[in-house]
Amino acid sequence: MKSRFFPLLVTFLVFIAIYAYCYSHFSSFGSMRVVCNLLRDNAHLGIAAIGMTFVIISGGIDLSVGSVIAFTGVFCALMITREGMDPRLAFAIVLGMGTIFGAVMGVFIYYLKIPAFIVTLSGMFLARGMAYVLTTESIRITDPLYIRVSKLVYIFPDKGRFTFAAGAFLAVLVLGIYIAHFTRFGRNVYAMGGNETAALMMGVPVGRTTIMVYTLSSFLATFAGIVLSLSKRSGDSTITVGAEMDIIAAVVIGGTLLTGGVGYVIGTFIGVLLPGVIRTYLTLDGSLSPWWIKIVIGVLLFGFIAMQKLLSTRPRLFSFRRQVRPTNVSTA
Amino acid sequence: MSTNEQPALLEVRGLTKTFTATPALSDVDFTLYPGEVHAVLGENGAGKSTLIKLITGVYKRDAGTIHLNGKTIEPRNPRHAQELGISAVYQEINLIPTLSVAENLFVGRQPRFLGMVSMQLTNNKARKLLKTFNIDIDVTRDLSAYSIAIQQIVAIVRGVDLSAKILILDEPTSSLDRHEVETLFSVIRSLKERGIGILLITHFLDQVYEISDRITVLRNGRKVGEHLTKELPRKKLISEMLGREFTETLGKRSSQTTADNSKHETFLDVKGFAKRGMIESFDLEIKKGEIVGLAGLLGSGRTELGQLVFGINRSEQGEAFVEGKKVRLNSPRKAIHHGFGLCPEDRKVEGLIADLTVRENIILALQAKMGWYRHIPYRRQEQFANEMIAALHIATPDAEKPVGQLSGGNQQKVILARWLVSNPEFLILDEPTRGIDIGAHAEIINIIKRLAKEGKAMMVISSELAEIVDYSDRVVVLRDRKKLTELTGDEISEDAIMHAIAEK
Repeated sequence: MKSRFFPLLVTFLVFIAIYAYCYSHFSSFGSMRVVCNLLRDNAHLGIAAIGMTFVIISGGIDLSVGSVIAFTGVFCALMITREGMDPRLAFAIVLGMGTIFGAVMGVFIYYLKIPAFIVTLSGMFLARGMAYVLTTESIRITDPLYIRVSKLVYIFPDKGRFTFAAGAFLAVLVLGIYIAHFTRFGRNVYAMGGNETAALMMGVPVGRTTIMVYTLSSFLATFAGIVLSLSKRSGDSTITVGAEMDIIAAVVIGGTLLTGGVGYVIGTFIGVLLPGVIRTYLTLDGSLSPWWIKIVIGVLLFGFIAMQKLLSTRPRLFSFRRQVRPTNVSTA
Repeated sequence: MSTNEQPALLEVRGLTKTFTATPALSDVDFTLYPGEVHAVLGENGAGKSTLIKLITGVYKRDAGTIHLNGKTIEPRNPRHAQELGISAVYQEINLIPTLSVAENLFVGRQPRFLGMVSMQLTNNKARKLLKTFNIDIDVTRDLSAYSIAIQQIVAIVRGVDLSAKILILDEPTSSLDRHEVETLFSVIRSLKERGIGILLITHFLDQVYEISDRITVLRNGRKVGEHLTKELPRKKLISEMLGREFTETLGKRSSQTTADNSKHETFLDVKGFAKRGMIESFDLEIKKGEIVGLAGLLGSGRTELGQLVFGINRSEQGEAFVEGKKVRLNSPRKAIHHGFGLCPEDRKVEGLIADLTVRENIILALQAKMGWYRHIPYRRQEQFANEMIAALHIATPDAEKPVGQLSGGNQQKVILARWLVSNPEFLILDEPTRGIDIGAHAEIINIIKRLAKEGKAMMVISSELAEIVDYSDRVVVLRDRKKLTELTGDEISEDAIMHAIAEK
């Protein structure tokens, strides 16, 4: 058992325990309907959270994602309904904008050595402001493409509807795992988060990787915005306010260390679904205030951070406790 | 060896680098042949690290040329230097603690299969690679699970595998125990056989004579000599490094110590302190004006003993008396309150705040002792700092320089100064001379002696037996986290200590 898997294991166990508890109360938790709804309702958060996972593993933070999601929705709605633009073109343009937006933040963070917190906080205000400037109304989108996408549904025998959003979420999940573990970029993100100076000395292109991490995060946030726009069929500048906090919480609950270097995309997936499960439970129960979700998340988050703290004060930090010795070194 | 007939691997000519008016390195030549270990020695500020940083492209040189295999090279950054075949392994290990050993070996060049990074391939290659150095460890475990020695070897193996022709080792042995040094040296020897040129920087002269073939001495940014190791007597080496004739006082006991300590009153009396996993039960008595040396191998419990006394770790049993009164030493705060001070071993991690100025660092303990709400006027702070800078010969332009920019020896003096301004009665020094040069070394030792003469109780932890023998009135010998014995007065000698450590 390697210590870096431990947070992930805890996440899984907590998720299974909570899901089992919910299932024992409401058997519908065993249906594809609940599963599909979980995936659909959390798709935009999940997609952005996967981007955020890379950011946090790299040792950074991205506060702009919630605003980027909202801006994307508003921009698409305006371009499609007011300007009559082809949605595909609007998507391409907004993805390009999101990519550049992230890259610019990355450049500021790396080259000007401004803390990511400040840069992305600015980005958060900027993107939100741009969304409000475009429009403060909620705009409905009635483009035929949107209708077609909404009909792209696989229906399970128990009427579980596997929507486009759910599919996009899972696709990004697979892509995220692939990037994290099977590309040099992914491994470099881990290396950088573990020790940036060392990574630099070891030949990791730290500058490029930093910029790419924020680019990826903004790109995925933009994509999350498109997915949300497609499932809501509207654009609204007031949505996903504070979503970045839910997303960061999901990543941390998913076992990613805020100090960087350790984390798993699959953990984030669980971390995103966990609040969804609780929300579903509260909805089905009906008697409890839905705001209990915040309390549960708060407790979970605190628990996970406390656990991380305990794990990170590993013996190696204290020379006087250095008990780990070479196990079997043979000298010639 | 003696490879002069071979063409040089690395040829550095007239290397010069100036930082804000003061030349850090001026007109230095350096030649490295394949298969040799070339030690670069010098005091702090001699220009050793500047030389390394110029060769590895961390700094841009002002003048001079660097030839590798006869071709001029212009290393732009460490990565570029690595591509050219120059790898450096530093004292602070530049690896990723959160990645596995295997991944650390291949960061930035992960083996791929069908375009995908393959962990299995990485692990296999790592195992194979380490096997060529006779290192057999679980490569899938996190690097941080291994000792510093293994981490260092991983760093070296990585460097060498990056088709390094030249390996730069900066203080590789400073935190290793004897056995680990052996392991490292066997790796170095096998590198020599492969024709790799090794530039070694170290403060341990014994190791220089054990492993190096050639020595270059730098002083104040200039090269003062280059010799074959076997042709260079120690005394000559030391006088070259210091730039003055060296009178060898270390190793012999200076007679002025052990002057009737029985007259002095006891400052601290510890009875039966112990903590599981750290140190077995021990008694310890320290008198005012007495220097007690703690001797033992790395990991023998020296540091742990100091930390228990200072309250960093709480003793699970026993009692302590300060000047006859029973006290509870369960936190550093209490210990400080009773007039204790502790200079920790790792000054970077535990002692100094690198971004604060010399003055701010010096004033820290005093401020803590007085309470944070009582402001010490700036004038007063400045006065304290300047007094200390003068008293301890801290080499800094002024009190407002960030401590991080000083050399190791001077940083150590700042830590000492910090405790001295708060006027402690009992000082615990953990490896006060580690990683500092000979000149600063002698000064620190003089300061220790002076403090004892002023009536302070001193407890000094050191790996250097000669040093301990020199200044201690009493030596406590530890082994395997247990106090073995105490040596007093004329009993104290390096032989006696080693005998005590070796005794069954």
